Amino acid sequence: MTKITYIEHDGTSHTVDAPEGLSVMEAAIRNMVPGIDADCGGACACATCHVYVDGDWAGKTGERSSMEESMLDFATDVRDTSRLSCQIKVTAELDGLTVHLPEHQG
Amino acid sequence: MTQSPLSGPFGTVIIGAGQAGLSAATELRKRGYQDPITLIGDEASLPYQRPPLSKAYLSGDLTLDRLWLKPEAFYEKSQIEVLTNTRVTTLDRARQLVITKDGREIAYDYLILATGGTARRIPIPGADLMGVHVLRDLIEADGLSAALDQARHVAIIGAGYIGLEVAASARKRGLDVTVIEAAERPMARTASALLGGWFGAIHRGYGVDLRVNTPVEAIVGDDKAEGVRIAGGEVITADLVLMATGLTPNTQLAESAGLSCNDGIEVDDSARTDDPLIYAIGDVANLPSARYGRSLRLESVHNAIEQGKAAAASIMGEAVNYDPVPWFWSDQYELKLQITGLIEGADQRVRRGDPEEGRFALFHFKDGRLIACEAVNAPQEYIAAQRMIAQDKRPDPEALRDVTVAMKTFLA
Ligand SMILES: Cc1cc2nc3c(=O)[nH]c(=O)nc-3n(C[C@H](O)[C@H](O)[C@H](O)COP(=O)(O)OP(=O)(O)OC[C@H]3O[C@@H](n4cnc5c(N)ncnc54)[C@H](O)[C@@H]3O)c2cc1C
Ligand code: FES
Repeated sequence: MTKITYIEHDGTSHTVDAPEGLSVMEAAIRNMVPGIDADCGGACACATCHVYVDGDWAGKTGERSSMEESMLDFATDVRDTSRLSCQIKVTAELDGLTVHLPEHQG
Repeated sequence: MTQSPLSGPFGTVIIGAGQAGLSAATELRKRGYQDPITLIGDEASLPYQRPPLSKAYLSGDLTLDRLWLKPEAFYEKSQIEVLTNTRVTTLDRARQLVITKDGREIAYDYLILATGGTARRIPIPGADLMGVHVLRDLIEADGLSAALDQARHVAIIGAGYIGLEVAASARKRGLDVTVIEAAERPMARTASALLGGWFGAIHRGYGVDLRVNTPVEAIVGDDKAEGVRIAGGEVITADLVLMATGLTPNTQLAESAGLSCNDGIEVDDSARTDDPLIYAIGDVANLPSARYGRSLRLESVHNAIEQGKAAAASIMGEAVNYDPVPWFWSDQYELKLQITGLIEGADQRVRRGDPEEGRFALFHFKDGRLIACEAVNAPQEYIAAQRMIAQDKRPDPEALRDVTVAMKTFLA
Protein backbone atom coordinates (compact mmCIF):
# COMPACT_ATOMS: atom_id res chain seq x y z
CA MET A 1 0.00 0.00 0.00
CA THR A 2 1.14 3.49 -0.80
CA LYS A 3 0.11 6.45 1.34
CA ILE A 4 -1.25 9.40 -0.59
CA THR A 5 -2.45 12.66 0.92
CA TYR A 6 -5.01 14.83 -0.82
CA ILE A 7 -5.41 18.38 0.42
CA GLU A 8 -8.64 20.12 -0.48
CA HIS A 9 -8.76 23.74 -1.49
CA ASP A 10 -9.93 24.72 2.00
CA GLY A 11 -7.00 22.87 3.59
CA THR A 12 -8.85 19.72 4.66
CA SER A 13 -6.46 16.82 4.36
CA HIS A 14 -7.20 13.16 3.53
CA THR A 15 -4.54 10.48 3.74
CA VAL A 16 -5.43 7.16 2.14
CA ASP A 17 -3.84 3.77 1.51
CA ALA A 18 -3.72 3.31 -2.22
CA PRO A 19 -3.19 -0.12 -3.77
CA GLU A 20 -0.50 -0.19 -6.43
CA GLY A 21 -1.74 -0.36 -9.98
CA LEU A 22 -4.70 1.94 -9.49
CA SER A 23 -4.51 5.57 -10.52
CA VAL A 24 -4.25 8.42 -8.05
CA MET A 25 -7.78 9.36 -9.17
CA GLU A 26 -9.17 5.89 -8.42
CA ALA A 27 -7.59 5.87 -4.98
CA ALA A 28 -9.38 9.15 -4.25
CA ILE A 29 -12.75 7.92 -5.50
CA ARG A 30 -12.50 4.68 -3.50
CA ASN A 31 -11.77 6.66 -0.38
CA MET A 32 -14.42 9.26 -1.02
CA VAL A 33 -12.05 12.19 -1.18
CA PRO A 34 -14.22 15.17 -2.12
CA GLY A 35 -13.03 17.47 -4.88
CA ILE A 36 -12.18 14.90 -7.53
CA ASP A 37 -15.15 14.29 -9.84
CA ALA A 38 -13.57 12.06 -12.50
CA ASP A 39 -16.61 12.23 -14.75
CA CYS A 40 -15.11 10.10 -17.50
CA GLY A 41 -13.84 7.43 -15.14
CA GLY A 42 -10.21 7.84 -16.10
CA ALA A 43 -10.40 7.95 -19.87
CA CYS A 44 -8.38 11.17 -19.98
CA ALA A 45 -11.41 12.80 -21.55
CA CYS A 46 -12.96 15.15 -19.00
CA ALA A 47 -10.25 16.93 -16.96
CA THR A 48 -12.36 16.75 -13.78
CA CYS A 49 -9.64 14.92 -11.85
CA HIS A 50 -7.21 17.83 -11.87
CA VAL A 51 -4.65 17.98 -9.02
CA TYR A 52 -1.47 19.87 -8.22
CA VAL A 53 1.53 17.69 -7.47
CA ASP A 54 3.80 19.09 -4.78
CA GLY A 55 7.11 20.20 -6.22
CA ASP A 56 9.41 17.46 -4.90
CA TRP A 57 7.19 14.73 -6.26
CA ALA A 58 7.01 15.93 -9.83
CA GLY A 59 10.00 13.79 -10.81
CA LYS A 60 8.40 10.61 -9.50
CA THR A 61 4.90 11.05 -10.90
CA GLY A 62 6.26 11.09 -14.42
CA GLU A 63 5.67 13.25 -17.44
CA ARG A 64 2.35 14.43 -18.78
CA SER A 65 1.37 12.62 -21.96
CA SER A 66 0.51 14.82 -24.93
CA MET A 67 -3.15 13.91 -24.49
CA GLU A 68 -3.05 14.97 -20.87
CA GLU A 69 -1.18 18.12 -21.75
CA SER A 70 -3.90 19.17 -24.14
CA MET A 71 -6.71 18.39 -21.76
CA LEU A 72 -4.98 20.51 -19.14
CA ASP A 73 -4.43 23.39 -21.53
CA PHE A 74 -8.03 24.37 -21.18
CA ALA A 75 -8.78 23.38 -17.59
CA THR A 76 -9.34 26.16 -15.07
CA ASP A 77 -6.53 27.42 -12.88
CA VAL A 78 -3.79 25.35 -14.46
CA ARG A 79 -0.29 25.65 -13.00
CA ASP A 80 3.09 24.15 -13.79
CA THR A 81 2.37 21.47 -11.21
CA SER A 82 -1.02 20.50 -12.67
CA ARG A 83 -1.72 16.87 -13.49
CA LEU A 84 -4.74 14.74 -14.30
CA SER A 85 -4.80 12.30 -11.43
CA CYS A 86 -6.26 9.51 -13.56
CA GLN A 87 -3.01 9.52 -15.53
CA ILE A 88 -0.75 8.99 -12.51
CA LYS A 89 -0.31 5.35 -11.61
CA VAL A 90 0.19 4.45 -7.96
CA THR A 91 3.58 2.80 -7.38
CA ALA A 92 5.60 2.02 -4.25
CA GLU A 93 7.82 4.93 -5.17
CA LEU A 94 4.95 7.34 -4.59
CA ASP A 95 4.60 6.46 -0.90
CA GLY A 96 3.99 9.74 0.90
CA LEU A 97 2.82 11.63 -2.17
CA THR A 98 0.89 14.82 -1.47
CA VAL A 99 -1.40 16.43 -4.01
CA HIS A 100 -3.48 19.58 -3.68
CA LEU A 101 -6.93 19.94 -5.19
CA PRO A 102 -8.14 22.95 -7.15
CA GLU A 103 -11.15 24.96 -6.02
CA HIS A 104 -13.23 23.76 -8.97
CA GLN A 105 -12.94 20.89 -11.43
CA GLY A 106 -13.52 21.29 -15.13
CA MET B 1 -35.43 -0.93 4.84
CA THR B 2 -38.01 0.99 6.83
CA GLN B 3 -41.63 0.97 5.71
CA SER B 4 -42.64 4.23 4.08
CA PRO B 5 -43.94 6.54 6.79
CA LEU B 6 -47.60 7.51 6.53
CA SER B 7 -46.77 11.15 6.15
CA GLY B 8 -43.84 12.76 4.44
CA PRO B 9 -41.37 13.89 3.66
CA PHE B 10 -40.92 10.96 1.32
CA GLY B 11 -38.06 12.60 -0.45
CA THR B 12 -36.83 11.85 -3.93
CA VAL B 13 -37.16 8.45 -5.53
CA ILE B 14 -34.91 7.71 -8.49
CA ILE B 15 -35.68 4.79 -10.81
CA GLY B 16 -32.55 3.49 -12.51
CA ALA B 17 -29.27 3.10 -10.63
CA GLY B 18 -27.01 4.05 -13.53
CA GLN B 19 -24.78 6.95 -14.39
CA ALA B 20 -27.60 9.52 -14.53
CA GLY B 21 -29.49 8.37 -11.44
CA LEU B 22 -26.33 8.35 -9.36
CA SER B 23 -25.40 11.81 -10.60
CA ALA B 24 -28.77 13.24 -9.54
CA ALA B 25 -28.55 11.59 -6.11
CA THR B 26 -25.00 12.82 -5.52
CA GLU B 27 -25.81 16.34 -6.64
CA LEU B 28 -28.88 16.55 -4.40
CA ARG B 29 -26.73 15.75 -1.37
CA LYS B 30 -23.99 18.12 -2.52
CA ARG B 31 -26.58 20.87 -2.58
CA GLY B 32 -27.77 20.09 0.92
CA TYR B 33 -30.97 18.17 0.20
CA GLN B 34 -32.13 16.82 3.57
CA ASP B 35 -34.97 14.44 2.71
CA PRO B 36 -34.62 10.74 1.94
CA ILE B 37 -33.14 9.67 -1.41
CA THR B 38 -33.99 6.21 -2.71
CA LEU B 39 -32.13 4.92 -5.75
CA ILE B 40 -33.88 1.88 -7.23
CA GLY B 41 -32.23 -0.33 -9.83
CA ASP B 42 -33.09 -3.69 -11.34
CA GLU B 43 -29.49 -4.76 -11.85
CA ALA B 44 -27.68 -6.79 -9.21
CA SER B 45 -24.77 -4.42 -8.86
CA LEU B 46 -24.21 -0.90 -7.63
CA PRO B 47 -23.79 1.80 -10.30
CA TYR B 48 -20.86 1.16 -12.64
CA GLN B 49 -19.26 2.59 -15.75
CA ARG B 50 -20.59 1.26 -19.02
CA PRO B 51 -18.01 2.66 -21.46
CA PRO B 52 -15.31 0.10 -20.57
CA LEU B 53 -17.74 -2.77 -21.29
CA SER B 54 -16.87 -2.56 -24.97
CA LYS B 55 -13.30 -1.38 -24.41
CA ALA B 56 -10.80 -2.07 -21.62
CA TYR B 57 -13.09 -4.39 -19.62
CA LEU B 58 -13.82 -6.50 -22.68
CA SER B 59 -10.18 -6.70 -23.70
CA GLY B 60 -9.26 -7.71 -20.14
CA ASP B 61 -7.23 -4.59 -19.38
CA LEU B 62 -9.61 -3.36 -16.69
CA THR B 63 -10.89 -5.59 -13.93
CA LEU B 64 -14.37 -5.56 -12.42
CA ASP B 65 -13.32 -3.84 -9.19
CA ARG B 66 -12.36 -0.81 -11.24
CA LEU B 67 -15.78 -0.38 -12.83
CA TRP B 68 -17.68 0.88 -9.79
CA LEU B 69 -18.59 4.54 -9.89
CA LYS B 70 -18.53 4.86 -6.09
CA PRO B 71 -17.38 2.58 -3.30
CA GLU B 72 -20.11 0.82 -1.33
CA ALA B 73 -19.47 2.97 1.75
CA PHE B 74 -20.29 6.10 -0.20
CA TYR B 75 -24.01 5.33 -0.25
CA GLU B 76 -24.32 4.96 3.48
CA LYS B 77 -22.19 7.99 4.14
CA SER B 78 -24.28 10.06 1.76
CA GLN B 79 -27.55 8.59 3.07
CA ILE B 80 -28.58 7.38 -0.33
CA GLU B 81 -30.61 4.23 0.02
CA VAL B 82 -29.91 1.89 -2.88
CA LEU B 83 -32.28 -0.93 -3.71
CA THR B 84 -30.56 -3.29 -6.13
CA ASN B 85 -32.31 -6.18 -7.90
CA THR B 86 -35.49 -4.18 -7.62
CA ARG B 87 -37.63 -3.54 -10.65
CA VAL B 88 -40.31 -0.89 -10.62
CA THR B 89 -43.36 -2.08 -12.51
CA THR B 90 -45.93 0.66 -11.91
CA LEU B 91 -45.92 4.40 -11.56
CA ASP B 92 -49.04 5.69 -9.81
CA ARG B 93 -49.01 9.45 -10.25
CA ALA B 94 -52.35 10.02 -8.53
CA ARG B 95 -51.07 8.46 -5.30
CA GLN B 96 -47.51 9.72 -5.85
CA LEU B 97 -45.91 6.31 -5.46
CA VAL B 98 -44.16 3.59 -7.39
CA ILE B 99 -44.75 -0.13 -7.05
CA THR B 100 -41.96 -2.68 -7.30
CA LYS B 101 -42.23 -6.10 -8.89
CA ASP B 102 -42.44 -7.71 -5.45
CA GLY B 103 -45.36 -5.47 -4.57
CA ARG B 104 -43.74 -2.84 -2.41
CA GLU B 105 -45.14 0.70 -2.61
CA ILE B 106 -42.65 3.54 -2.33
CA ALA B 107 -44.00 7.07 -2.05
CA TYR B 108 -42.24 10.13 -3.42
CA ASP B 109 -42.27 13.89 -3.22
CA TYR B 110 -40.19 14.01 -6.40
CA LEU B 111 -39.57 11.21 -8.85
CA ILE B 112 -36.67 10.96 -11.29
CA LEU B 113 -36.85 8.51 -14.16
CA ALA B 114 -33.32 7.44 -15.11
CA THR B 115 -34.17 4.13 -16.73
CA GLY B 116 -31.71 4.26 -19.64
CA GLY B 117 -32.35 1.92 -22.50
CA THR B 118 -32.21 -1.65 -23.72
CA ALA B 119 -30.00 -2.94 -26.52
CA ARG B 120 -32.15 -3.41 -29.59
CA ARG B 121 -32.34 -6.82 -31.23
CA ILE B 122 -33.36 -6.49 -34.84
CA PRO B 123 -36.28 -8.82 -35.58
CA ILE B 124 -34.80 -11.21 -38.11
CA PRO B 125 -35.03 -14.99 -38.23
CA GLY B 126 -32.53 -16.54 -35.86
CA ALA B 127 -32.26 -13.47 -33.63
CA ASP B 128 -32.92 -15.61 -30.57
CA LEU B 129 -30.43 -18.35 -31.33
CA MET B 130 -27.76 -19.21 -28.82
CA GLY B 131 -24.58 -17.37 -29.60
CA VAL B 132 -26.36 -14.13 -30.50
CA HIS B 133 -25.35 -11.36 -28.13
CA VAL B 134 -26.19 -7.75 -27.35
CA LEU B 135 -24.20 -5.39 -25.15
CA ARG B 136 -25.59 -2.91 -22.69
CA ASP B 137 -25.00 -4.17 -19.17
CA LEU B 138 -22.44 -6.00 -17.09
CA ILE B 139 -24.09 -9.41 -17.39
CA GLU B 140 -24.20 -9.09 -21.16
CA ALA B 141 -20.57 -7.98 -21.17
CA ASP B 142 -19.51 -10.98 -19.09
CA GLY B 143 -21.52 -13.25 -21.37
CA LEU B 144 -19.93 -11.73 -24.44
CA SER B 145 -16.45 -11.91 -22.95
CA ALA B 146 -16.82 -15.59 -22.04
CA ALA B 147 -18.15 -16.31 -25.52
CA LEU B 148 -15.23 -14.49 -27.12
CA ASP B 149 -12.91 -16.84 -25.22
CA GLN B 150 -14.46 -19.75 -27.11
CA ALA B 151 -15.11 -18.09 -30.44
CA ARG B 152 -13.11 -18.03 -33.66
CA HIS B 153 -15.30 -16.15 -36.10
CA VAL B 154 -17.13 -13.11 -34.83
CA ALA B 155 -19.82 -11.33 -36.83
CA ILE B 156 -20.89 -7.92 -35.63
CA ILE B 157 -24.10 -6.46 -37.01
CA GLY B 158 -23.93 -2.67 -36.95
CA ALA B 159 -20.89 -0.43 -37.38
CA GLY B 160 -21.73 2.13 -34.74
CA TYR B 161 -19.44 2.93 -31.84
CA ILE B 162 -20.18 -0.17 -29.82
CA GLY B 163 -19.89 -2.47 -32.83
CA LEU B 164 -16.57 -0.97 -33.85
CA GLU B 165 -15.16 -0.96 -30.32
CA VAL B 166 -16.02 -4.62 -29.88
CA ALA B 167 -14.50 -5.31 -33.30
CA ALA B 168 -11.25 -3.71 -32.15
CA SER B 169 -11.28 -5.68 -28.87
CA ALA B 170 -11.97 -8.93 -30.71
CA ARG B 171 -9.15 -8.29 -33.19
CA LYS B 172 -6.89 -7.65 -30.22
CA ARG B 173 -7.79 -11.15 -29.06
CA GLY B 174 -6.78 -12.47 -32.47
CA LEU B 175 -10.25 -13.46 -33.66
CA ASP B 176 -11.63 -13.25 -37.19
CA VAL B 177 -14.02 -10.33 -37.30
CA THR B 178 -16.65 -9.38 -39.86
CA VAL B 179 -18.62 -6.17 -39.36
CA ILE B 180 -21.84 -5.90 -41.33
CA GLU B 181 -23.44 -2.51 -41.82
CA ALA B 182 -26.59 -1.63 -43.76
CA ALA B 183 -25.58 1.99 -44.35
CA GLU B 184 -22.90 3.07 -46.79
CA ARG B 185 -20.27 3.69 -44.12
CA PRO B 186 -19.52 3.15 -40.43
CA MET B 187 -20.97 5.51 -37.81
CA ALA B 188 -23.34 6.87 -40.45
CA ARG B 189 -25.91 8.14 -37.97
CA THR B 190 -23.65 10.47 -35.99
CA ALA B 191 -20.32 11.01 -37.72
CA SER B 192 -19.37 12.76 -40.95
CA ALA B 193 -18.72 10.83 -44.15
CA LEU B 194 -15.04 11.61 -44.01
CA LEU B 195 -14.61 10.38 -40.47
CA GLY B 196 -16.74 7.28 -40.97
CA GLY B 197 -14.88 6.36 -44.13
CA TRP B 198 -11.55 6.90 -42.46
CA PHE B 199 -12.47 4.67 -39.53
CA GLY B 200 -13.66 2.03 -41.94
CA ALA B 201 -10.24 2.03 -43.61
CA ILE B 202 -8.52 1.77 -40.22
CA HIS B 203 -10.55 -1.29 -39.29
CA ARG B 204 -9.81 -2.91 -42.62
CA GLY B 205 -6.15 -2.18 -42.03
CA TYR B 206 -6.38 -4.11 -38.76
CA GLY B 207 -7.85 -7.06 -40.61
CA VAL B 208 -11.58 -6.53 -40.05
CA ASP B 209 -13.77 -7.68 -42.92
CA LEU B 210 -16.04 -4.63 -43.11
CA ARG B 211 -19.14 -4.98 -45.28
CA VAL B 212 -21.06 -1.79 -45.89
CA ASN B 213 -24.32 -1.35 -47.82
CA THR B 214 -25.09 -4.82 -46.55
CA PRO B 215 -28.47 -5.54 -45.00
CA VAL B 216 -28.70 -8.66 -42.89
CA GLU B 217 -31.43 -11.20 -43.66
CA ALA B 218 -31.12 -13.86 -41.01
CA ILE B 219 -28.93 -15.56 -38.51
CA VAL B 220 -28.57 -19.17 -39.49
CA GLY B 221 -27.90 -22.23 -37.36
CA ASP B 222 -29.86 -25.11 -35.82
CA ASP B 223 -29.91 -24.22 -32.17
CA LYS B 224 -26.74 -22.19 -32.13
CA ALA B 225 -25.64 -19.38 -34.43
CA GLU B 226 -23.42 -20.63 -37.25
CA GLY B 227 -23.49 -17.68 -39.58
CA VAL B 228 -25.19 -14.54 -40.82
CA ARG B 229 -27.03 -14.49 -44.12
CA ILE B 230 -26.72 -11.17 -45.89
CA ALA B 231 -28.71 -9.69 -48.77
CA GLY B 232 -27.91 -11.67 -51.90
CA GLY B 233 -27.78 -14.92 -49.98
CA GLU B 234 -24.15 -15.18 -48.92
CA VAL B 235 -23.67 -16.67 -45.46
CA ILE B 236 -20.86 -15.26 -43.37
CA THR B 237 -19.55 -17.92 -41.03
CA ALA B 238 -19.70 -16.95 -37.38
CA ASP B 239 -19.82 -18.82 -34.10
CA LEU B 240 -20.53 -15.59 -32.26
CA VAL B 241 -22.88 -12.83 -33.43
CA LEU B 242 -23.16 -9.44 -31.77
CA MET B 243 -26.13 -7.25 -32.58
CA ALA B 244 -24.86 -3.74 -32.07
CA THR B 245 -27.92 -2.12 -33.53
CA GLY B 246 -28.78 0.69 -31.18
CA LEU B 247 -30.76 1.35 -28.07
CA THR B 248 -34.46 1.46 -27.29
CA PRO B 249 -35.15 3.94 -24.49
CA ASN B 250 -36.94 2.40 -21.50
CA THR B 251 -40.07 4.53 -21.57
CA GLN B 252 -42.66 1.89 -20.60
CA LEU B 253 -43.26 3.17 -17.05
CA ALA B 254 -43.61 6.75 -18.22
CA GLU B 255 -45.86 5.82 -21.11
CA SER B 256 -48.25 3.76 -19.09
CA ALA B 257 -48.45 6.60 -16.57
CA GLY B 258 -49.49 8.95 -19.37
CA LEU B 259 -46.34 11.08 -19.59
CA SER B 260 -45.52 12.40 -23.07
CA CYS B 261 -42.99 10.25 -24.86
CA ASN B 262 -41.51 10.54 -28.32
CA ASP B 263 -38.21 8.73 -28.81
CA GLY B 264 -37.69 8.99 -25.07
CA ILE B 265 -39.52 10.75 -22.29
CA GLU B 266 -40.12 14.38 -23.21
CA VAL B 267 -38.69 16.89 -20.78
CA ASP B 268 -38.11 20.64 -20.66
CA ASP B 269 -34.80 22.43 -20.19
CA SER B 270 -34.87 21.67 -16.47
CA ALA B 271 -35.29 17.92 -17.16
CA ARG B 272 -38.92 18.06 -15.99
CA THR B 273 -41.63 15.96 -17.65
CA ASP B 274 -45.16 17.23 -18.11
CA ASP B 275 -45.80 16.23 -14.48
CA PRO B 276 -44.07 18.89 -12.37
CA LEU B 277 -43.08 16.33 -9.72
CA ILE B 278 -41.42 14.00 -12.21
CA TYR B 279 -38.09 14.40 -13.99
CA ALA B 280 -36.39 12.27 -16.63
CA ILE B 281 -32.63 12.21 -17.26
CA GLY B 282 -29.92 10.45 -19.21
CA ASP B 283 -30.34 8.11 -22.16
CA VAL B 284 -34.11 7.88 -21.65
CA ALA B 285 -34.83 11.63 -21.83
CA ASN B 286 -35.68 13.62 -24.91
CA LEU B 287 -34.73 17.23 -24.31
CA PRO B 288 -35.36 20.47 -26.19
CA SER B 289 -32.20 22.10 -27.50
CA ALA B 290 -32.34 25.77 -28.37
CA ARG B 291 -28.76 25.48 -29.57
CA TYR B 292 -29.63 22.89 -32.21
CA GLY B 293 -33.22 23.99 -32.79
CA ARG B 294 -34.79 20.62 -32.18
CA SER B 295 -35.29 18.00 -29.53
CA LEU B 296 -32.48 15.56 -28.83
CA ARG B 297 -31.99 12.27 -27.08
CA LEU B 298 -28.34 11.91 -26.16
CA GLU B 299 -26.58 8.70 -25.23
CA SER B 300 -23.45 9.79 -23.44
CA VAL B 301 -21.86 9.79 -20.02
CA HIS B 302 -21.54 13.55 -20.11
CA ASN B 303 -25.25 14.08 -20.71
CA ALA B 304 -26.18 11.52 -18.06
CA ILE B 305 -24.08 13.36 -15.50
CA GLU B 306 -25.04 16.90 -16.43
CA GLN B 307 -28.75 16.34 -16.91
CA GLY B 308 -28.76 14.53 -13.57
CA LYS B 309 -27.22 17.62 -12.00
CA ALA B 310 -29.78 19.82 -13.74
CA ALA B 311 -32.68 17.81 -12.31
CA ALA B 312 -31.16 18.01 -8.83
CA ALA B 313 -30.73 21.77 -9.11
CA SER B 314 -34.32 22.14 -10.23
CA ILE B 315 -35.59 20.08 -7.31
CA MET B 316 -33.62 22.40 -5.04
CA GLY B 317 -35.62 25.29 -6.46
CA GLU B 318 -33.03 26.71 -8.78
CA ALA B 319 -33.95 27.94 -12.26
CA VAL B 320 -31.97 25.82 -14.71
CA ASN B 321 -31.55 26.00 -18.45
CA TYR B 322 -29.92 22.81 -19.61
CA ASP B 323 -28.89 23.13 -23.26
CA PRO B 324 -25.70 21.09 -23.54
CA VAL B 325 -22.95 21.01 -26.11
CA PRO B 326 -22.91 17.22 -26.44
CA TRP B 327 -19.64 15.29 -26.27
CA PHE B 328 -18.36 11.80 -26.02
CA TRP B 329 -15.39 9.69 -26.86
CA SER B 330 -14.61 6.32 -28.35
CA ASP B 331 -11.44 4.24 -28.13
CA GLN B 332 -10.56 1.93 -31.02
CA TYR B 333 -7.11 0.39 -31.31
CA GLU B 334 -4.66 3.17 -30.44
CA LEU B 335 -7.06 5.85 -31.58
CA LYS B 336 -8.93 8.20 -29.33
CA LEU B 337 -11.90 9.72 -31.07
CA GLN B 338 -13.55 12.70 -29.40
CA ILE B 339 -16.63 14.34 -30.82
CA THR B 340 -18.29 17.50 -29.61
CA GLY B 341 -21.42 19.13 -30.99
CA LEU B 342 -23.73 17.70 -33.65
CA ILE B 343 -22.78 17.79 -37.31
CA GLU B 344 -26.26 17.81 -38.82
CA GLY B 345 -27.02 20.85 -40.95
CA ALA B 346 -23.35 21.69 -41.45
CA ASP B 347 -22.73 23.70 -44.64
CA GLN B 348 -18.95 24.05 -44.42
CA ARG B 349 -16.17 21.81 -43.19
CA VAL B 350 -12.44 22.28 -42.70
CA ARG B 351 -9.78 19.78 -41.82
CA ARG B 352 -6.82 20.49 -39.61
CA GLY B 353 -3.94 18.04 -39.55
CA ASP B 354 -3.21 15.06 -41.72
CA PRO B 355 -5.24 11.83 -41.48
CA GLU B 356 -2.20 9.99 -42.87
CA GLU B 357 -0.42 10.85 -39.63
CA GLY B 358 -3.30 9.54 -37.54
CA ARG B 359 -3.93 12.88 -35.92
CA PHE B 360 -6.47 15.36 -37.27
CA ALA B 361 -9.64 17.28 -36.55
CA LEU B 362 -12.68 18.10 -38.66
CA PHE B 363 -14.52 21.31 -37.89
CA HIS B 364 -18.11 21.72 -39.03
CA PHE B 365 -19.79 25.07 -39.56
CA LYS B 366 -23.32 26.23 -40.16
CA ASP B 367 -23.91 29.81 -41.32
CA GLY B 368 -20.40 30.68 -40.18
CA ARG B 369 -20.97 29.35 -36.68
CA LEU B 370 -18.89 26.41 -35.43
CA ILE B 371 -21.33 23.58 -34.59
CA ALA B 372 -19.22 20.44 -34.23
CA CYS B 373 -15.73 19.00 -34.13
CA GLU B 374 -14.54 15.45 -34.70
CA ALA B 375 -11.04 14.92 -33.37
CA VAL B 376 -8.80 11.88 -33.74
CA ASN B 377 -5.88 11.89 -31.30
CA ALA B 378 -6.30 15.67 -31.29
CA PRO B 379 -7.54 16.60 -27.84
CA GLN B 380 -6.48 20.20 -28.06
CA GLU B 381 -8.58 20.83 -31.13
CA TYR B 382 -11.45 19.03 -29.49
CA ILE B 383 -11.40 20.99 -26.26
CA ALA B 384 -10.96 24.33 -27.94
CA ALA B 385 -13.88 23.51 -30.24
CA GLN B 386 -16.06 22.57 -27.32
CA ARG B 387 -15.47 25.97 -25.74
CA MET B 388 -16.02 27.78 -29.02
CA ILE B 389 -19.31 26.00 -29.66
CA ALA B 390 -20.54 26.84 -26.17
CA GLN B 391 -19.70 30.48 -26.80
CA ASP B 392 -21.26 30.56 -30.29
CA LYS B 393 -17.93 31.57 -31.79
CA ARG B 394 -17.28 32.06 -35.49
CA PRO B 395 -13.61 31.19 -35.93
CA ASP B 396 -11.98 31.88 -39.28
CA PRO B 397 -12.05 28.54 -41.12
CA GLU B 398 -8.84 29.27 -43.02
CA ALA B 399 -6.97 29.99 -39.79
CA LEU B 400 -8.34 26.78 -38.26
CA ARG B 401 -6.97 24.81 -41.18
CA ASP B 402 -3.50 26.19 -40.51
CA VAL B 403 -1.74 23.99 -37.94
CA THR B 404 0.79 26.70 -37.22
CA VAL B 405 -1.96 28.82 -35.65
CA ALA B 406 -2.25 27.64 -32.04
CA MET B 407 -5.72 26.54 -30.94
CA LYS B 408 -5.54 28.90 -27.99
CA THR B 409 -5.65 31.92 -30.29
CA PHE B 410 -9.24 31.10 -31.19
CA LEU B 411 -10.39 31.46 -27.63
CA ALA B 412 -8.80 34.81 -27.02
C1 LIG C 1 -20.83 -0.74 -24.24
C2 LIG C 1 -21.09 0.72 -24.06
C3 LIG C 1 -20.08 1.65 -24.32
C4 LIG C 1 -20.29 3.02 -24.15
N1 LIG C 1 -19.27 3.89 -24.39
C5 LIG C 1 -19.45 5.21 -24.14
C6 LIG C 1 -18.38 6.14 -24.30
O1 LIG C 1 -17.28 5.79 -24.68
N2 LIG C 1 -18.59 7.44 -24.01
C7 LIG C 1 -19.82 7.89 -23.59
O2 LIG C 1 -19.97 9.08 -23.33
N3 LIG C 1 -20.86 7.03 -23.44
C8 LIG C 1 -20.70 5.71 -23.70
N4 LIG C 1 -21.75 4.83 -23.53
C9 LIG C 1 -23.07 5.37 -23.17
C10 LIG C 1 -23.21 5.61 -21.67
O3 LIG C 1 -22.77 4.49 -20.96
C11 LIG C 1 -24.66 5.92 -21.36
O4 LIG C 1 -25.00 7.11 -22.04
C12 LIG C 1 -24.93 6.10 -19.88
O5 LIG C 1 -24.63 4.94 -19.18
C13 LIG C 1 -26.38 6.49 -19.66
O6 LIG C 1 -26.69 6.49 -18.31
P1 LIG C 1 -28.18 6.35 -17.79
O7 LIG C 1 -28.11 6.46 -16.32
O8 LIG C 1 -29.07 7.25 -18.55
O9 LIG C 1 -28.63 4.89 -18.21
P2 LIG C 1 -28.08 3.50 -17.68
O10 LIG C 1 -26.66 3.61 -17.31
O11 LIG C 1 -28.50 2.51 -18.70
O12 LIG C 1 -28.91 3.24 -16.34
C14 LIG C 1 -30.27 2.92 -16.33
C15 LIG C 1 -30.53 1.86 -15.29
O13 LIG C 1 -31.92 1.77 -15.02
C16 LIG C 1 -32.27 0.41 -14.85
N5 LIG C 1 -33.74 0.29 -15.02
C17 LIG C 1 -34.43 0.45 -16.18
N6 LIG C 1 -35.76 0.29 -15.95
C18 LIG C 1 -35.91 0.02 -14.63
C19 LIG C 1 -37.03 -0.24 -13.78
N7 LIG C 1 -38.28 -0.27 -14.26
N8 LIG C 1 -36.82 -0.48 -12.45
C20 LIG C 1 -35.55 -0.44 -11.95
N9 LIG C 1 -34.46 -0.20 -12.71
C21 LIG C 1 -34.62 0.04 -14.03
C22 LIG C 1 -31.43 -0.27 -15.88
O14 LIG C 1 -31.31 -1.65 -15.65
C23 LIG C 1 -30.10 0.47 -15.71
O15 LIG C 1 -29.33 -0.11 -14.71
C24 LIG C 1 -21.56 3.46 -23.70
C25 LIG C 1 -22.59 2.54 -23.45
C26 LIG C 1 -22.37 1.18 -23.62
C27 LIG C 1 -23.47 0.20 -23.33
S1 FES D 1 -11.08 11.17 -14.90
FE1 FES D 1 -11.59 12.20 -16.74
S2 FES D 1 -9.68 13.03 -17.34
FE2 FES D 1 -9.21 12.04 -15.49
